[in-house]
Amino acid sequence: MTLLAPDEAAVPSRWDPGVHSYASMGYYAADYVPKDTDILAVFRVTPQPGVDPIEAGAAVAGESSTATWTVVWTDRLTANSHYQAKCYKVDPVPGRPGEYLAYIAYDLDLFEEGSIANLTSSVIGNVFGFKPLQALRLEDMRIPIAYVKTFAGPPHGIVMEREYLGKYGRPLLGATIKPKLGLSARNYGRVIYEACRGGLDFTKDDENINSQPFMKWRDRFLFGMEGVNRAMAETGEIKGHYFNVTAGTMEQMYERAEFAKEIGSVVVMIDLTVGYTAMQSMSHWARKNGVLLHLHRAGHSTYTRQKTHGVSFRVISKWCRLIGVDHLHAGTVVGKLEGDPATTRGYYDTLREDHIPTNVGNGIYFDQDWASLAPVMPVASGGIHAGQMHQLLDYLGEDVILQFGGGTIGHPMGIAAGAEANRVALEAMIKARNEGRDFLREGPDILRTAAKSCVPLQAALNTWGDVTFDYTSTDTPDAVALATPGN
Amino acid sequence: MTLPGQAASLPSEVAAPEVLSPEARIQLADDVAAAAVSEVLDSLDADLVGLAGVKTRMREISSLLMVERARGQFGLTTSKPTLHMSFTGPPGTGKTTVALRMARMLHALGYLRTPRVHAVTRDDLVGQFIGHTAPKTKEAIAKAAGGVLFIDEAYYLYRPENERDYGQEAIEILLQEMEAERSDLVVVFAGYVDRMETFFSSNPGLSSRVAHHIDFADYDRAELVQIARLMLDRDQYRFSPDAEVAFADYLELRMARPRFANARSVRNALERIRLRQANRLVAEGGSLGRDDLMTLTEADVRMSRVFAPEQAPSTQAETQIETKAPPG
Amino acid sequence: MRLTQGSFSYLPDLTDDEITMQVQYALDRGWPVSVEYTDDPHPRNTYWELWGLPMFDLVDPAGVMREISDCRATFPQHYVRVLAFDASLGRQTTAMMFLVQRPAVEPGFRLTRSEGADRQQTYSVTAYSSDRPAGQRYQPS
Repeated sequence: MTLLAPDEAAVPSRWDPGVHSYASMGYYAADYVPKDTDILAVFRVTPQPGVDPIEAGAAVAGESSTATWTVVWTDRLTANSHYQAKCYKVDPVPGRPGEYLAYIAYDLDLFEEGSIANLTSSVIGNVFGFKPLQALRLEDMRIPIAYVKTFAGPPHGIVMEREYLGKYGRPLLGATIKPKLGLSARNYGRVIYEACRGGLDFTKDDENINSQPFMKWRDRFLFGMEGVNRAMAETGEIKGHYFNVTAGTMEQMYERAEFAKEIGSVVVMIDLTVGYTAMQSMSHWARKNGVLLHLHRAGHSTYTRQKTHGVSFRVISKWCRLIGVDHLHAGTVVGKLEGDPATTRGYYDTLREDHIPTNVGNGIYFDQDWASLAPVMPVASGGIHAGQMHQLLDYLGEDVILQFGGGTIGHPMGIAAGAEANRVALEAMIKARNEGRDFLREGPDILRTAAKSCVPLQAALNTWGDVTFDYTSTDTPDAVALATPGN
Repeated sequence: MTLPGQAASLPSEVAAPEVLSPEARIQLADDVAAAAVSEVLDSLDADLVGLAGVKTRMREISSLLMVERARGQFGLTTSKPTLHMSFTGPPGTGKTTVALRMARMLHALGYLRTPRVHAVTRDDLVGQFIGHTAPKTKEAIAKAAGGVLFIDEAYYLYRPENERDYGQEAIEILLQEMEAERSDLVVVFAGYVDRMETFFSSNPGLSSRVAHHIDFADYDRAELVQIARLMLDRDQYRFSPDAEVAFADYLELRMARPRFANARSVRNALERIRLRQANRLVAEGGSLGRDDLMTLTEADVRMSRVFAPEQAPSTQAETQIETKAPPG
Repeated sequence: MRLTQGSFSYLPDLTDDEITMQVQYALDRGWPVSVEYTDDPHPRNTYWELWGLPMFDLVDPAGVMREISDCRATFPQHYVRVLAFDASLGRQTTAMMFLVQRPAVEPGFRLTRSEGADRQQTYSVTAYSSDRPAGQRYQPS
């Protein structure tokens, strides 16, 4: 089926049966001015060869709202022009021939209030398999305040989390228990105890620890809380372990979360793979029960990583903030997982700021106003170690959770020593930053000086000092024409 | 705090400066502070009329501190001189202005951490009930830390006739601050000379710590005319020759009346003269040139009520408005 | 035992010069600074005693340092901490918190367990010092 170019279509009337170009049916409207209450989206469209880009943009608008491939008389029973999405701008992407950015506006009436499941089904539910498009990526969305206000948002948010834990003025520290799988419950609890006693604020279940033959969830929770409470008594600080309550059914999830709450955990965790509806239910539960909610973005890179096709992680971030999670993994820049500095800064701003202005260099295509919706604490996890503390602080700022799984548990002197090394490195860096030092440039010196009074940190620097993960990023912003070499 | 691009070092790692050998010779003018200090002193000369005694004392203090710095370069013992002061004189004689300039000068010489002046009166230091005073005084000291604490009409702190007065507590806290070896504050007490004398004689502890008593005499008529000229110049106005004579006459009459506040009264008078000029220009109509907009004529001056025959209520009104006007 | 609340407790105790620099950081951002003390270091004890009100509108740390010294001199065997508050929109919360004094001897916390059904324990963390009344909890070594 080929699409007709707008000027080719001979359309006596919009409503004659048959196939008309999407653009001629009103799905492309160059003079449409988006309303403040419209939900806006920008798609990166790669049309099949021979397909007109404007028609492709209009087709995306159509297939993500009211259209189908042929005219239907039932359309005329509706105020069709109100409900149809309008593609109001199609721009070629500089430096990447064949790719276009299509800006589309959706009326607020298309969506159920407070439902990310509905929002996503609407916008990405149908259009991505459309044959005339070779590739399609949802780059960014603008959520109007009118829609933001229908969501409760994060159960606690950054400010409340800090007041809950009594920890201010520095990033929080965590570690994922390693090995990911196979430990028994008792041994698992040992790792939690050592890491929290040594100086971390949190430890974490990994995304695939649920309730397996080698360790059932209930046993893990009981031994885990033993470790957490012992660590709290040893240090006088509030500690937590993110118990993963992801399960096969919603009922099981509630059962596990309730148990975690009963035995006194300050935080629980869920995976992205439970789906938006389950996430939102858990968000409401977390608010009702005063427990922090950590979200692991399991599986996202199947569709967020390639530049041409899928959904950008910044859109996922926005959805997660609306659904309402307290923690969201958002990239480390210098660690083992994908994430270039500019786009990662875009994700962090999207999660933490109240008003994010357009900045195509960071991949932000729209002004986004969150109308005081609570901010989400971003989590940086994956291949980072104490020797990178200055870079982490510089790229990611103060309101972030830095998770050093291997970097704690793999420490040659033991887990508690590894935790202490990370904590000392962090505190020394924050202290230096406050004193006005150029901590990014002097980072290695600051760490070495701190290591003089902390043997574990000395050992950590010796073990991992020069480890970095330097690969070309697959998802970089378009507008980096003048980027400095070697970032 | 280090500036961007500057190499930072931890406080304990700062190297001590080299001590000069006994045979070395230096020029005081080479001191980095010298330029800033002469800038302050020169601007003092240019901007403030008269005040010969004040300017001399400022010069002396700056010289003392320059010599202390030079002595430090040779490794000789230096002592931080006490610089708490009293400024005595009627209102409008430039006490606050001099305090500001003094703070700048002392900061340039490294004696003060900041050129900031925190100005307070009794009400900022003394509370209304038990326990109210100490936090207030400490807060004023904290806000002035590193700079100058300027206490206007300081004698109101001391009210011996009222036994429930908490001013004494404020005085004691100030004393502690002035005595402390590592005090990083200069305190300036300001007010009328006779009342200040009474205040100090009733509080010998305070007066023994005030090293410098600087008097700000009333300006004479010629000085006031000069002040007026300076003020007009700054605002790009000027008197016509007749107007200046008229203004001298005005001053003679006005100075004889009560509540004359020197430079402050001159500023207020000039404000009113400008008002009359504006009125006149609007009433006259017609085209105006740059000169017309800048010049204040004799008529503008002579319209003052001060020239009218003796009418007690109106002159009182004029002088009343005067004392409530902002400081000149 | 060493209480590790606050931002710098894993580093050697801050000198007065270092405390001054931290206070300067807060004042540079327009954050009022507050001094608090307690002899009940339980992590859920949020409200330590205020040493005077938070100090607003300061530019120079000398005033704060004086209050810190006075507090430490008055309560030499208490924990003393410094906080800074950020009132800006979207935050309106505590921006910094760190300890500036700890008692000479810190006995730490007792973990009490009460056995419940099915291996569940109810844990309770209590400071050893709170066995005694307030004001008598920490003695010099």
